[in-house]
Amino acid sequence: MAGLLPEAGRTALILTLSLLLAACAAPPLRGTGDLGVVIERASGSVQVVDNTHQRSLGRIQGLGDLSHASVVFSRDARYAYVFGRDGAISKVDLLTRQLVQRVAQASNSIGGAISSDGKVIAAQNYEPGGVRLFDADNLALLADIPAVTGHNGKPSRVVGLADLPGNRFAYALFDADEIDVLDASDPAHPVLARHPGAGKSPYDGLASMDGRYFLAGLYGEDGLSLLDTWRPEQGVRRVLAGYGRGEQAMPVYKMPHLRGWSIAGEYAFLPAIGHHEVLMADSRSWAQVAAVPVLGQPVFVMAEPSGRHVWVNFAFPDNDKVQVIDVPSRQVIKTLQPGRAILHMEFTARGDAVWLSSRDDDKLVVIDTATLNTRSTLPAREPSGIFFSWRAGRMGM
Amino acid sequence: MDSGPVSRLLAALLACGLVLPAMAAPAAPAEPRASQLLQLLHNDCGACHGLTFRGGLGSPLTPEALQGKPDDSLAATILNGRPGTPMPPWRPFLDEEEAKWLVYYLKQGARP
Ligand code: HEC
Repeated sequence: MAGLLPEAGRTALILTLSLLLAACAAPPLRGTGDLGVVIERASGSVQVVDNTHQRSLGRIQGLGDLSHASVVFSRDARYAYVFGRDGAISKVDLLTRQLVQRVAQASNSIGGAISSDGKVIAAQNYEPGGVRLFDADNLALLADIPAVTGHNGKPSRVVGLADLPGNRFAYALFDADEIDVLDASDPAHPVLARHPGAGKSPYDGLASMDGRYFLAGLYGEDGLSLLDTWRPEQGVRRVLAGYGRGEQAMPVYKMPHLRGWSIAGEYAFLPAIGHHEVLMADSRSWAQVAAVPVLGQPVFVMAEPSGRHVWVNFAFPDNDKVQVIDVPSRQVIKTLQPGRAILHMEFTARGDAVWLSSRDDDKLVVIDTATLNTRSTLPAREPSGIFFSWRAGRMGM
Repeated sequence: MDSGPVSRLLAALLACGLVLPAMAAPAAPAEPRASQLLQLLHNDCGACHGLTFRGGLGSPLTPEALQGKPDDSLAATILNGRPGTPMPPWRPFLDEEEAKWLVYYLKQGARP
């Protein structure tokens, strides 16, 4: 039969057929700029979501213990690296919704970061305490940097890991009261600069979005620790010290989280510890500008990308509420009750909407930031963190 | 919430009665309180101690980690917190019997 077709015709037919095949096998072309990952903490899965059409594109399973999981993105925003509590890093493909690679790298981990050149993944570990560097392509181990021994006689737990320009990473040591900056420009031979005396029990940290400042929140004292990485020789200094001013500290049922979204324009917005307040500081001088009273212990204090409003969620037992602070008037303008156990919030890239995860109602709630009305809700299994792919292009995220 | 965790727990209590006769099993709270407590344990305690209690900012609460530590003092830690550390007092949300029950449950190897 093939012999009946002239040679040229046969080639053309084969070509057409293979084109047809390719067209039906490949998913339609699309970008990743409006995609995101939602952690489903109890079932060890993540959902890939589209934040333009507010829908789920699929679920990726088998990611292990995702209590306290966090995510960073490859700089082409195609891959998400998911850091699980069980010490595993899972690389997932947002387009094919496949688990591409998974490495178990520690027994207890808290998060990670990606280098400014996009080539190195850093994992911050509780057990064994320290930082490990991996090749972003294949997750091969590049270097192991144990933390200095802490008060408990073991390498300190690492908190607050954030990327800085020049392939550097900054982090704090919960058990050793120290801020470290790791230069990974030669990732197999990283160089460590230590800043001891950084304040009692740093619990988390953040880098400003220009990568200049690293701030560590302190559990053991009222204040934060600041490193100006343009002037490292000046060392670490205390800012917002004594913010509780002798008030009785209230119990903290969940530790707050810090990240670069706390800083917008001229202000930084930070959770007070043991005080039901959001601290507002000048983002250059770091002097306190105001303390805005809120209804509970703040956990996430996130500025809208515009910087006009700041959204706050709370620790147990107030974790069913979210408050919105108006920045110019420094007042809470709205208290929302979007669902039980609101664990996380994430703005779209330009902040037209915010996505909230409600763990105990198994749902995601999308709220319009202009009207504060709910746009839609989506089902999710005990969702916690929500991470949108715009983070791929932002320092300190 | 279904009674799955509670019946599993009861089974664990029974089993342990045979293995560890010296340890008196505290009475399980009535439903729905028992389920609420287990949810609190996994979600809210788990936020610091890890969903599987292998530790985080809070110390591990696995049977191995708690072995040899007196039940009463562990229950007191839960109720009163541990000043100077991030362990907060849970007395506003738990009574003494409930705290002891949680200690017992943790020592049996709580499962999420
Ligand atoms: C905000 C964080 C946090 C939360 C939430 C929390 N804990 Fe703790 N817990 C800690 C820390 C930190 C320690 C270790 C204290 C120390 O260093 O001595 C601890 C210690 C303990 C201990 C003593 C362990 C030992 O080996 O002595 C017990 C028991 C305990 N927690 C139970 C609980 C229970 C039950 C809950 C929930 C009702 C809970 N914790 C919630 C932070 C927390």
